[in-house]
Amino acid sequence: MSSILTHRLFWPVVMLLVLFAVNLVAFPGFFVIEVKDGHLFGSLVDIVRNGAPTLIIAVGMTLVIATRGIDLSVGAICAISGAVACSILLGSPNPGSVGTVVTAVVVAVAISLVLGVWNGFLVAVFGVQPIIATLILMTAGRGVAMLITEGQILTVNSPPFKVIGSGFLFGLPVAVLIAALIFTAAAVLTRRTALGLLIESVGINPEASRQAGVRSRGLLFTVYTFSALCAAIAGLVLTSNQTAADANNTGLFIELDAILAVVIGGTSLAGGRYSLAGTLVGALVIQTLVTTVYTVGIPPIATMVFKAAVVTAVCLLQSPTTNAVIASWRKPIAARFRKAAV
Amino acid sequence: MAIATAPVASPTRRAIDRTRGVFTSPKYGPVLVTLLLLVAIYAIGGARYRGFLSGPVILNLFVDNAYLIVLAVGMTFVILTGGIDLSVGAVVALSTMIAASLLQSGTSPGVVIPVILVLTSVLGLLVGLMIHVFAIQPFIATLAAMFLARGLCYVISSSSISITDPFFVAFAQTRIPLGGGMSITPSVIIALLVVIVGLVVLQFTRFGRTVYAIGGSEQSGMLMGLPVARTKVLVYVISGFCSGLAGVLFTFYTLSGYSLTAVGTELDAIAAVVIGGTLLTGGYGFVIGSVLGVLVLGTIQTIITFEGTLSSWWTRIFIGVLLLVFIVLQKVLTARRR
Amino acid sequence: MTAQNPVVSMTDISISFPGVKALDGVDFRLFPGEVHSLMGENGAGKSTLIKALTGVYTVDSGRMTLAGEDVSFSGPADAQRAGISTVYQEVNLLPNLTVAENILLGREPRRFGGIDWRAMRKRAKELLTGLHLDVDPSSLLGDHSLAVQQLVAIGRAIDVEAKVVILDEPTSSLDADEVAELFRVIRELKSSGVAILFVSHFLDQVYEISDRLTVLRNGKLVGEYRPEELLRIDLVQKMIGKDIAVLDDLERRTHSGQSGGDLDGERPIVSAIGLGRKGAIEPLDLDVYEGEVVGIAGLLGSGRTELARILSGVDRPDTGELRIDGVSRRFRTPRAALSARIAYSSENRRAEGIVDELSIRDNIALALQADKGWFRRIPKKRQDELAASYIAALNIRPANPDALVRNLSGGNQQKVLLARWLAVAPRLLILDEPTRGIDVGAKAEIQKLVANLAENGMSVVFISAELEEVLRLSNRIAIMRDRRLVADIDNDDLTVDSLLAVIADGSVASGATS
Repeated sequence: MSSILTHRLFWPVVMLLVLFAVNLVAFPGFFVIEVKDGHLFGSLVDIVRNGAPTLIIAVGMTLVIATRGIDLSVGAICAISGAVACSILLGSPNPGSVGTVVTAVVVAVAISLVLGVWNGFLVAVFGVQPIIATLILMTAGRGVAMLITEGQILTVNSPPFKVIGSGFLFGLPVAVLIAALIFTAAAVLTRRTALGLLIESVGINPEASRQAGVRSRGLLFTVYTFSALCAAIAGLVLTSNQTAADANNTGLFIELDAILAVVIGGTSLAGGRYSLAGTLVGALVIQTLVTTVYTVGIPPIATMVFKAAVVTAVCLLQSPTTNAVIASWRKPIAARFRKAAV
Repeated sequence: MAIATAPVASPTRRAIDRTRGVFTSPKYGPVLVTLLLLVAIYAIGGARYRGFLSGPVILNLFVDNAYLIVLAVGMTFVILTGGIDLSVGAVVALSTMIAASLLQSGTSPGVVIPVILVLTSVLGLLVGLMIHVFAIQPFIATLAAMFLARGLCYVISSSSISITDPFFVAFAQTRIPLGGGMSITPSVIIALLVVIVGLVVLQFTRFGRTVYAIGGSEQSGMLMGLPVARTKVLVYVISGFCSGLAGVLFTFYTLSGYSLTAVGTELDAIAAVVIGGTLLTGGYGFVIGSVLGVLVLGTIQTIITFEGTLSSWWTRIFIGVLLLVFIVLQKVLTARRR
Repeated sequence: MTAQNPVVSMTDISISFPGVKALDGVDFRLFPGEVHSLMGENGAGKSTLIKALTGVYTVDSGRMTLAGEDVSFSGPADAQRAGISTVYQEVNLLPNLTVAENILLGREPRRFGGIDWRAMRKRAKELLTGLHLDVDPSSLLGDHSLAVQQLVAIGRAIDVEAKVVILDEPTSSLDADEVAELFRVIRELKSSGVAILFVSHFLDQVYEISDRLTVLRNGKLVGEYRPEELLRIDLVQKMIGKDIAVLDDLERRTHSGQSGGDLDGERPIVSAIGLGRKGAIEPLDLDVYEGEVVGIAGLLGSGRTELARILSGVDRPDTGELRIDGVSRRFRTPRAALSARIAYSSENRRAEGIVDELSIRDNIALALQADKGWFRRIPKKRQDELAASYIAALNIRPANPDALVRNLSGGNQQKVLLARWLAVAPRLLILDEPTRGIDVGAKAEIQKLVANLAENGMSVVFISAELEEVLRLSNRIAIMRDRRLVADIDNDDLTVDSLLAVIADGSVASGATS
């Protein structure tokens, strides 16, 4: 029993279940999933689909945060990757061809990888604090995106491109499949190789890791590049879903949602042990919260107030001060139990 | 002896040495670079565009950026302690919304403005307590405040509310003539007052010096018996207050309240402070530098307006490049001293 | 002097931390106008005593008086107001502020409610002149050398009308001239009636400056002495003490068989030639042969840890070279040393050794995995075997490979670390204080392990403050003193006393040199 209570995913899952319960009361059809034209539809499907971009970015962010870092530039990278893809599609005589779309996606991803390497360079080689290093790209990145779109909202009409954000495959939204693929890839890559162990080790105790021969520089390059890759893919999903690249608004505040998802999922901002499963739950909590606000009939815009409440609650629960207070309550209780046992 | 005496050198040699000393000092170096940068940008602007160096253009920099100057002063306090405040843009928007909605319901401006300033200061206080008592990173605590403030804006109203209150309208339209057909707004006076107060507080009070001490080493400050805890909370109150005041000035400027206003302004404020030579890790920097930083940002914007063919997004790219340059500069200067 | 009343008197002071009795009934007194040195090795209780005196820790029991009145301080600021100022080893001042501010902040002169900068500079200048220091008060503190910063810290300490100034290892990063300058200031303070509590690892300095010594060991008072009445060798003996742990099962090994004669033909696996690093160790030569345990003896701060860090690539040398199997190598990182199969187990277990949020299994596998790279992950099954075998071999408790290392006792954490280094099968294992702060049983186990490893051909550099332990395990002993290697002796007929003599005086008794 106590092992369930102290499990790091306990509170996030409870939060998710509470949100589900609220939805069920407000909207009895919440859990109903219908099959229309061979595609799945329903509130749960919507939550997962709309939450996909946040989840994709949060997966990359989780690894960055595990190394004691943070990546503020992901929103800007979203905008850049969307802008690159759309401008290539628009510049092509045949935006509807699969080949053009593949080119657009590959170029967008490649440019984002360069940006990720840049972040990694500032952090790993130059030793700039991550929050500051990625702030640079966060500021300049949207400018670059606007440069690419020339300040226009680039609307594209390309059926193959639209599939990325709003298509279906095997009855499931493609966006969800992409998120699942990235999530699984990250999980397999870090847990089936030694990457996860080494990332955690560097995040927990950099000096001990150095003395044990861990090469942290390469690890930092890798996580920032991976984070940029995730951001690029999320940017493509968002852009495809809107069928337009909007340099100003694509991925606006998504870095904050992603960080929030990671924190709710129980990965500490101080680095170290990370939980991709926690991040998944965190991203679902955020998206469910947004949906719940809709279904309950609160103006959707007020979501941010709830997000603020969630951030505050999670942080206060994780705070060392709170832990100390709880520990001081627990001690006498535990002692009493022990006495009773003897 | 531990103190080496410099060999006797020619006066010019000494002057060069001293100049180099000042420029490579982490305390003065970045501010001087900012000043030179500002002069250089003016010179470029003046050389390229007719009328760029005119008084009205320069004064308009202050008129257009009065609120940003106030924000940058508050942000300087926070960054000097090694913290950061992401909530300022959202708090500006919240202030404009509170002002617009209260004025719409007929509340007197004499009540509205104090209410805004108190509310935003209290929000800053809560943030400060979260950071100090619960040891939550400033980034996250102020992020929560940002969400809260932005969300409250929408709760008040999601559409723009215009302001018709006679006092606000009169204030917005007042021009203080400076002779020669030039004039400024009262907002500029308020912003400059804030700068002066910020300058005096940082330079001449124990609180101000403790702000620097926290940025240098929180633990040393504590061992030296300085009021570290109180100061650490107070800087966020100051930043909250400045955001509220900036919001009021912004309302004078736009005569409306709108939830989506000032999105990303926190980045401008942070950029102005960093470009103004304040070390993002705290400990070094001046209020006056942040004012210079705001002017640099404003001038770049003006140049882009004058240029006509250059589009506005270049501003962001330039800001990013300047940020990079200054962060690298600071890194080099502080590393050399260690 | 003794006729006077002590300005500080601490009687029967005890302080406990979870699992440790840091101070156990210690008495300490300090007279006006004297320099009183507090002596002891790591864990003796020196810093605990200072922190008790300055109110950082609250005492569990005992009585403290200042100028005859009972006191108990709520913190350093409180103690400072009462006249007790502390100058710490790492200068705890603010490099980003001016010298004047660093001296006067907190009690700055005021004018019209604000700081009066002119008066502040003037007062700081007077104070600095009083210390014969020619420093511009409006310059940034960070622009000055550590020595000047140290003196500025003292300036701050005495400006508060201090009755007592505590100097906690003020000389550890100063050169000889700077120390002389510091001592001049200390003597001036002393003559003005200030009581000075001095902590230093350098015996020569202690003997030069002190009027009185108090020795602590393992949280207990050993005694109070006058330096002229206490020979250095006796002082060192009192600081280090005799190892009380009876380790019957570990028989003293015979050394002559392996080392000595037949080493001449062999080539050392590691040899340092003129290896040095400024502020850490003076250039020195040292060879380590296969299957040999080289003990490094010396007091805290003598350079023993610094030597280990340079040998293992943790710090880089500025002079000299390091040869592995006769080939000159430069280790830029510990990783490079590890790939040459030189492993270093840091004395600072918590900060540089364990990764406390990871499991025992992960901690054991870490170095091996780092060596193999990201993608050649040690299979789960192999990790389990590794963990299980070391848990059994080293008797790690709890015997659960999934337990977080954070929750282990110090001794078990140390064993996990040993397992980590053994897993990479090093040729040279450098152990820095592997037995410090762990219980007697675990200590014996680790000593036995070291002996076994050497018998199986591994070379070990063994650093410990406990001379008996060094004597028991080592084939050869290198003795460090004041950052110099002063002796490199075969452990044939060495005794604690002969080691103590070298540590205390730096000279080797004739005939003992190899």
